[in-house]
Amino acid sequence: MAVTRDDVAHVAELARIALDGARVEELVRELNGILSHMDVLRKVDTEGVEPTAGVGDAGAPLRPDEGPPIPLDRSLEDFAPAMRDCFFLVPRLSTHEDNVEDVG
Amino acid sequence: MSADYPAREAVKAAFARMEEVRAGRDGLNCVVWSDRDWSLDLAKEADERRGGALAGVPFAVKDNIATHHLPTTCASRILEGYVSPYEATVVKRLREAGAVLVAKTNCDEFAMGSSNENSVFGPARNPVDPSRVPGGSSGGSAAAVAAGIVPIALGSETGGSVRQPAAFCGVVGVKPTYGRVSRYGLVAFASSLDQVGVFGATVNDAALGMEAIAGRDERDSTSADRPVPGLRFDGSQRLDGVVVGRPREYFPESLDPRMRERVEAAINVLRDRGAVVKEISLEHTDLAIPVYYIIATAEASSNLARFDGVRYGFRDNGNDGLKGMYEATRSRGFGPEVIRRILLGTYVLSAGYYDAYYRKAQQARTLITRDFGDAFDNGVDVIITPTTPTPAFEIGGGAEPYEMYLNDIFTATANLAGVPAMSVPVGAMDGLPVGAQIIARHFEEAKMFRVASVLENALGVRGGVK
Repeated sequence: MAVTRDDVAHVAELARIALDGARVEELVRELNGILSHMDVLRKVDTEGVEPTAGVGDAGAPLRPDEGPPIPLDRSLEDFAPAMRDCFFLVPRLSTHEDNVEDVG
Repeated sequence: MSADYPAREAVKAAFARMEEVRAGRDGLNCVVWSDRDWSLDLAKEADERRGGALAGVPFAVKDNIATHHLPTTCASRILEGYVSPYEATVVKRLREAGAVLVAKTNCDEFAMGSSNENSVFGPARNPVDPSRVPGGSSGGSAAAVAAGIVPIALGSETGGSVRQPAAFCGVVGVKPTYGRVSRYGLVAFASSLDQVGVFGATVNDAALGMEAIAGRDERDSTSADRPVPGLRFDGSQRLDGVVVGRPREYFPESLDPRMRERVEAAINVLRDRGAVVKEISLEHTDLAIPVYYIIATAEASSNLARFDGVRYGFRDNGNDGLKGMYEATRSRGFGPEVIRRILLGTYVLSAGYYDAYYRKAQQARTLITRDFGDAFDNGVDVIITPTTPTPAFEIGGGAEPYEMYLNDIFTATANLAGVPAMSVPVGAMDGLPVGAQIIARHFEEAKMFRVASVLENALGVRGGVK
């Protein structure tokens, strides 16, 4: 199951990471190098073995979704890259025809 | 130390030591954030409260654990300038025990690495030999303890990131049972594996730190509601009735004979103290690295999706709308190893490869966990192994990614199984520290600490640079 240039480009797209051509080539080599060592798993008999997703006392329990939020000691505006009127500002979708607003 | 102002005097001494050993960027590069005046204010408050098991003890925290005032950047450009608006539970608990935060420490970016070379701040250096790595990913915390700046430091563990640097720097490093310690405020890497760990200059220092931070936290639903036992022991005691497992897979023929000899000497100490040593097999050990690097990267690809430039940290607007902003931010914000792991994790989760890699790895994880269960069910109290296959290596060795991953070969199994494990110094080879790893059953940290105390007492190996 060798990783191809197309595979790297596909997962980079999924992961929202932009790569130039040279870096794609390097990653093809590196990921194939790593995955070649993973092939040992194919020889392991796991017939009927339950997969382990977590090892805690009770799996991955959810906390009750209630109560006031945990107080923050600084406001969101203090560290958000761009904010206005309690909203995070982001560039417009590129499919949008309006001019991209400068959001710093 | 002045009796009236013990915390202030201890904090002044810690900062003096930072200067003496050149802990900053132009030296060991183990401390990346500190503020003397702020720490002295904390010390003043601690002196006024006068109390707690760690009253006046200065401590350091890895840069991926949230603290007030000092930045929390995970040694990554993508969190450049980020100061957390809340504090991790583990930090709060150490402060409540009277300890005073003096430094945030260098690490591999997002805790991904075994050498501390994958850091936006550059590599930290090993105080024992500054041409060598301190190990990783919590290399800065290990180095800060080894250099005598602090007796206790916090790190984080996903596959050995506390134990391996502890072994490389000659200090004690503990990974508790999964669920023993709150992760509220620990920046997530691989959530089914991550735990906060403790470094100590001695076994008792590490025990004091662990006692302070362990226990249920309502803010982390994976933290276990279990009583926290005392972890400090008299190391001169005997170990009659204790069964120590020696797993043959951790002593392969390829293991450096000097490494083998140091760990065997430690096993002989336990035998002399009355323990019964039993040969055991953890037969799926050879699957640990493939399984670990599939599961950890898969979980990381999900956890690190939150770093998108929208709400905090670094942003590059790019020139192609919202998607362009995401891509520009993430490509420029993350370093090469983090990108490699995100892509590997995305690949093993993607359609067509999920069953062959991710699901298969989860099944093999079950087999690794069963190995430990079988050993403990058959009467073994603790398991002892080398912590690492080699001592600390040179900075800039330029290993291939998979070669670097093999550093975790003896440590990743404990994370996969969720069992507690610790590294304790047992000697040196060519002047470089060697660590032995002690592994116990879930929530049986006390057994592990008892054995570690005996090794420390008998071998006389105390961590750090004199």
